[in-house]
Formats: sequence, structure tokens, C-alpha cells
Amino acid sequence: MDAGALGWWGVLIAVFGGAIRVSTPFLFVSLGECLTERSGRINLGLEGILVMGAMSGYGVAYLSGSPWLGVLVAGIAGLLLGSLHGAVCSLTRVNDIAVGIGLMLLGTGFAFYLGKPFVQPKAPTLPAIHLGDWASSAQVQSALQVNVLFIVGVALAFAMHWAFRNTRWGLVVRMVGDSSDAARAMGYSVNRVRILATAAGGFLAGVGGSFLSLYYPGSWNEGLSSGQGLMAVALVIFARWQPLNCFYAALLFGGAGALGPALQSVGITGGYYLFSAAPYVLTLAIMIATCSTRRNLAGAPGELSVTR
Amino acid sequence: MDGSITLPSATARTPSAALDRVRQAAEAICIPVVALLAAMIVFGVFMLLVGKNPFEVYALIYKGGFSSAFAWQNTMQRAAPLILTALCVALPAQAGLIVIGAEGALVLGGLAAAVAGHALAGGSPVSVQIAMAAAAMVVGGGWIAIAGVLRHYRGVNETISSLLLTYIAIALFNHFVEGPLRDPASLNKPSTPPIGEASMVGHLPGMDVHWGLVYGVVLCVCAYFLVRYTIFGFALRIVGGNVRAARLAGLSVGRLVLLSCFLGGAAAGLAGMAEVAAVHGSANASLIAGYGYAGILVSFIARHNPIAITPVALLVGGIAASGGLLQRRLGLPDATVLVLQGIAFMLILAGETLYGRLRIFQPRAH
Repeated sequence: MDAGALGWWGVLIAVFGGAIRVSTPFLFVSLGECLTERSGRINLGLEGILVMGAMSGYGVAYLSGSPWLGVLVAGIAGLLLGSLHGAVCSLTRVNDIAVGIGLMLLGTGFAFYLGKPFVQPKAPTLPAIHLGDWASSAQVQSALQVNVLFIVGVALAFAMHWAFRNTRWGLVVRMVGDSSDAARAMGYSVNRVRILATAAGGFLAGVGGSFLSLYYPGSWNEGLSSGQGLMAVALVIFARWQPLNCFYAALLFGGAGALGPALQSVGITGGYYLFSAAPYVLTLAIMIATCSTRRNLAGAPGELSVTR
Repeated sequence: MDGSITLPSATARTPSAALDRVRQAAEAICIPVVALLAAMIVFGVFMLLVGKNPFEVYALIYKGGFSSAFAWQNTMQRAAPLILTALCVALPAQAGLIVIGAEGALVLGGLAAAVAGHALAGGSPVSVQIAMAAAAMVVGGGWIAIAGVLRHYRGVNETISSLLLTYIAIALFNHFVEGPLRDPASLNKPSTPPIGEASMVGHLPGMDVHWGLVYGVVLCVCAYFLVRYTIFGFALRIVGGNVRAARLAGLSVGRLVLLSCFLGGAAAGLAGMAEVAAVHGSANASLIAGYGYAGILVSFIARHNPIAITPVALLVGGIAASGGLLQRRLGLPDATVLVLQGIAFMLILAGETLYGRLRIFQPRAH
């Protein structure tokens, strides 16, 4: 069955399948950013971490033959860059937004430098789980090919949602993010909690990056990431710092990203570049709709510089 | 504003106060220089780890960027757009905004210049060039002003919105260059119709450097005087220091934020016009070269001081100019320059923590 035969249903199925496929990196990066921001810091450098994760994951998967080892190494690379951000921001009078821009530059620079030898070779990719084998339509089948990382990400969203409410760690992170004075009074080191939260957030962003290079689109090149790391920052604001909302928002963004290719498949090619801007326009529209000058955003961590 | 604000000129009368100003200037120069030296050491260690001789790398950077008249011309050519895109960061920064959307303003400004240049082709070169510059500055300024409007009226973080606007600008640019505005004659590389040889902005007399460099240097000097010696600049810095205080003093914060964004965006738009009118002759994908992002680095190293932007841009431009030589001689990938820039940026930012902490630079007069 060719792409055009299903008509507009085909577009809908393709957007739905694309939403699942494209949303996974958004999901991981936004969960990482959610954790970091809940501790009261913003990491704009997740874009650099994402690219670094994509490169290191692909490189290790190619050299070792194991994509899962690649995912792990991508996470560790993200962890290191995240701790760097956390450590530099712990110095007094250093602006976390500016450091994020620096980390973006540093991460992409290292990734492009070290990734040069991996542009050509083909690394083993992550396996997919076929949930759509019952369907006769090839399109439905391909839409329901789900990657394990997507399922891990969904589970993680629920776990984080639970942990923020019910575990000691979750409560400490939230307290540090809402009032560093209260945290200090309770005897917690604000900087240590924030460094750990940024490092953990970096780990998740690195894993999200490895999904890009090891599953979809499934190769390493310098144009691999198109700002997913940054859009995740806006996505977290849209999700009001709730992990479960991050999941829904990631699906929405994935769907917006899949709109251009899906319309192309039914022959609407005219505004391809305009449709490719859909996720950015959506992000901006969401920020315009949800931000306000008069009050802090509902659910925003009190110490977060971006909402002040 | 009564007598409680002490103006610098009032304190500079005694010799010890003059010495304090020297100390302040020394602090502003020494800390970034030390941070850059530290960056060179860290980058040198990285080069050692990947099996290259760091001294050879630095010798090549010097050779490719600063050793001869030819190298300097190459450096200045690359510094020209960086000066203008750095202004796009530095001017809003006076009002306390971190705007990183210069790439978008440059790209759209270049497109506007190409359209204006083609539409007016055949007119007298000077009038066509003025029209191109005006179109580029209005479009670039308006684009960054969107981020200012969103900041002021909706409280949208300007860093994120300006970057999203950049992605949208590049999508718009690609749409127009490969669609409605494409010159059918441009086969391999989609471009807008050429503005024509007659309307091109030439080179500086006796040099292989285009006039864009002069635009940048002149605008930097103007921006310096605007920020330091005018009421507008003073008001801008009050907004940057404390928005609430500015409101209480009766300043119209929104107008100041908007104007600073517009002026910054206009500078970046002019960079796009210079690239189109002096280098490429039409708008095509070559405009998307990352000048906007390098401009962020330049402005932060210069600590958003317009007068410091030109030398810093020459430094960053020189490093970029040596990239080709590094590639040919040592087989280093073109991302080498990015790595060095990233390390330098992180260390410069980390160096912010030293301001006001080193006793040698602190004022002693009372």
C-alpha cells in the first residue's frame, strides 16, 4: 500500500507514528531539564549535551558493536558535561543562562571534532518492538514500531512524577529549587544538590541524544540535532515542571516535527521549510500563551532565573 | 535622580581616584586575558591528548590569522560580520537582556537586502546600497524587536524566544530562497536573483577587505557613545541594573527594551547586507555560516562593552581564519576552532566570579 492511498488518514497515522518516534529525544531531554530546573537552575547547554551524546553513543556503538553500550556512554558523556555546567554555575556571580550558551558551543565543538571519523561508518542501531503486526497496513505497522528507549522514557516520567512527591531526594530537590534559604536552614548544601541534579539531567539528555544517532534518524552527522535540546527548555515551561506533562508535551512536539514529512508523503511539498518550522512556532506560541509579566508561572520553582 | 548618584567625572579629580579608574580598567582587561591564557592551556592539553603538538597549532593560528598583511586581511574580512552580530548581543545586554538571535536577524537582513538590491537594480549604486542597508536594518531590527516585545508584554524569556526566532528565520529564509524568490538561473545552489555587479559594495582602497568592517567599527564607536554618554544609554543601564528602580524613576522600560533590541537587530541585519552586497552578490545558504553564534562569544568576551568588541572580533576572526591552514597542515577538522571557542567561552564565564574579589584591582580612595 503506497503512502498516498490512505489520504488524510495516512497523514494522521504518519503524524502519530512520527510523534512516538520523534518524541523520544524530547522526552529524555525534557525530563533531564525538568530535574535540573526543579533544583533551581536552568541548563541551556542541553543542546550541546544532546549532540555530544549522539556522537559518543554512535561512536561507541560502532567501535564495540553494542548499541546499548553506546547509550550508556552517551549518558556518561552527558553526565560529565552536566557536572561541568553545575560546577561552573556554583561559582558566585556566574550566570547560568550564559554558561548554558557556552556549554552548547563546547558540546557541539567536541562532538563535531571527535565525531569526524564516524560520519561515514554504519553503527548497529537499537532494536524496535513491533506492536503493529496485527495490522494489515504497512503504514500502521511502521507507525507502531516502538523503541525500547521510548518505553523507558515513559516509565521514567511516571517514576519521576512519583519520586518528586514521595521520596526524600525528590523533596530535597524541590526544596532547593523553591527556596535556597530554607534548604540552607535545613542543613542541605544547595550547590551540591544542584550539581547533582544538573549532572543527572545531563545523563538523561545524553541518552536522548544517543536515540537520535542510534535509532531515528539513525546515523551521525553534524546536522543531526535541530535544536531539540533548546526546545526542551521551552517544553518544560509548557509542562509546568511536571514530569507527566513533559511526556504529553513531548508527544505534541514530536507530532509537530513529523507534520512536514507526513504532508510531503501525500504530495504537499510546497511549504516544506515552513512546515519544518512548525515545532519552533508551536514552542513560541505556547510560551506567548503561558507566560505572563504580572505573576510567576504556576508551578515554577521559586529560584529559577528564567521565570523572573 | 538627585545628587545621590555619583558620576565618574566627579570622583576622578583626586590622583588616588584616578588610580582607582586605572585599577578598574586593569581588572576589566586582566581577567579576560588570564581566562584566555587558561583556555589556551586547556586547549593545548586537549591537542596533546589527540596527539598534536599544541605549539605547532598555536604557531599555525598565528601564521594563518596575524602574521602577514594577507593574513590580517583575511582576519578582518571574517571579523566584519562578527563585530555587527556582537552588537546584537551587546546592546540588549545593556538593558539586562541576553539575546542570542543574531543569526536570524543576519539571515533575514541579508534576504531583505538582496530583494531590495534586485528590485532597484540599475539605480545609482549609492542609493541602491542605502536602500539595501535600510531594508536589512529594518528587517533585522524588527526581528529582534519581536523578542523584546515578547519579553516586555508577555514576560517570555528573551534568550529562548530569540533562539526559537532564529530557527524560524532560517526556515523562512530557506523557504523563500528555494521557493518564491529563487532565481531560476541558480541551478546547483539556490539563490535569489543577483543584485548586479554595479550595486556591489566594493573593497577598502588598496585592501582585500570589504566596507562591512568599517560599518562595524563605526557602529561600535557610535554604540559606545550612545551607551556611555547619552541619557538614553544611562537609562538603558539603569534598566539593566534594576528594572524596579528604573520603573520607580519613571523610565519607560518597555520603550528602552524595545529600542535596544531593535538597534541590536539592525546591526545584525546590516551584517547580512554586507555579506550579500560585498561578498555573495545574492542571498543563498552561504549566509547561514554561524556568524550570529560567534558574535555571542565576541560580545561576552568583550563584556558587552562596544569599544572592546572590535579587538575581540579581530581575535576570534583571526582564529577562524586560521582554520583552513590547520586543516591543510595538521589534518585537524574544521570543528577545531569550535572547540577552542567553546573552551574559551566557558573559562571567560567562569572568570566572571573573580570580578571584585582580587584586592589588587579594588578601589582604595574614599
